[in-house]
Amino acid sequence: MRYWRKPLDADEIEVPRGDIHIVESQCKGCGFCVEYCPRDVLELASGYNLKGYHPAVVVNEAECVNCQLCEIICPEFSIFVRLKNNQPVCATDIDLRKGVDIIES
Amino acid sequence: MNEAAHPMESILRMDRMPHIWCPGCGIGTVVTAFAMALQQAGIPLDKIAVVSGIGCSGRVAGYIKLDSFHTTHGRAIPFATGLKLANPELTVVVISGDGDLIAIGGNHFIHAARRNVDIKVFCINNFNYAMTGGQLGPTTPEPAITTTSPYGAFENPFNLPFLAEGSGAVYVARWTALHIRRLTKSMTEALLKKGFSFVEIIAPCPTLYSRRNRLGDGLDELRHYHDKSVIKHGADTRELDISYRDKIVMGKFVDRERPTFVEALDKRFTEVFGKKYEPYGKVAT
Ligand code: SF4
Ligand code: SF4
Ligand code: SF4
Repeated sequence: MRYWRKPLDADEIEVPRGDIHIVESQCKGCGFCVEYCPRDVLELASGYNLKGYHPAVVVNEAECVNCQLCEIICPEFSIFVRLKNNQPVCATDIDLRKGVDIIES
Repeated sequence: MNEAAHPMESILRMDRMPHIWCPGCGIGTVVTAFAMALQQAGIPLDKIAVVSGIGCSGRVAGYIKLDSFHTTHGRAIPFATGLKLANPELTVVVISGDGDLIAIGGNHFIHAARRNVDIKVFCINNFNYAMTGGQLGPTTPEPAITTTSPYGAFENPFNLPFLAEGSGAVYVARWTALHIRRLTKSMTEALLKKGFSFVEIIAPCPTLYSRRNRLGDGLDELRHYHDKSVIKHGADTRELDISYRDKIVMGKFVDRERPTFVEALDKRFTEVFGKKYEPYGKVAT
């Protein structure tokens, strides 16, 4: 990530990382998640799923910051992201999805 | 990788997936926004009822794991009104399309707003009657091509926020299926607002509307929203017409207080009958 000026606490902040789940059989290959993922984590597969669509696939999981935009823009409820296991939760994660239990142990 | 449960599993009927909506249709995204709004509003799920009419958007009720009703064409609002009056402690939400709510159910819409019945109406506007084959509707902009306007629409479409405000709605907002977080916030506010609350959601219909007008797929439509949308909170609703492929003004336009239908009823009857009158339903609505 590029900063206009390096935040003073940049070394202390742990960037949240996401664990991406794709329900391949449910995906209709609309490409919404691919287009709007801010970190270019996703792509459409060249192969087909059972229904004949090119499903979304993860190509760059290490870049995922758990923003969950892919999850909320997906019209098929076929992609969702959880905070990577054992990562401490920072306040922004909770704010993103108030009232939703986003942490899995 | 798929062993974890989907976060919306408590609200959606995941056993019914994949749903019937076409690839790139915006309705599913609106459902996600609604599910998040329910969670943010913090209303107990057994105190919420969802009512839909007929059409692609009318199928929403069937995918929501709450008390939900799929009513006849255009009659979601009267059904919801009855539900609210019979059980005032429920939060009653109508989710349906523009054809259902504004054309066939148009009369119900204006009168429920006029009386300020305490229901929440979320209208998914895809500019045509989708499920029946892509016919011209009262929101189709000039000169869009539909099955029944092969030479281009020439009627003046409704401006829904203006219609809602003019009829008496106390909360009026408009977003697109791309502006999910803002849409979710508006839906949350509407859910918690007392009185007739209305949110219009512009959503892609790639299969019929976009295809007939050669506008590409759902993603192209989201890109169009991205390029053409302008956020203008508190805008004058008279200026919110959507012209074909032109800018879409979005935001929260109206947030005001008016006595609800039941409050007005209680007030009038108390004036006339005094102590003999027992206020309606006990629970304030
Ligand atoms: S959570 Fe955000 S960063 Fe991760 S894949 Fe989804 S959209 Fe991309
Ligand atoms: S948004 Fe959903 S349906 Fe569309 S490509 Fe991504 S995972 Fe598939
Ligand atoms: S016909 Fe249009 S509105 Fe209906 S499901 Fe398909 S894309 Fe969506």
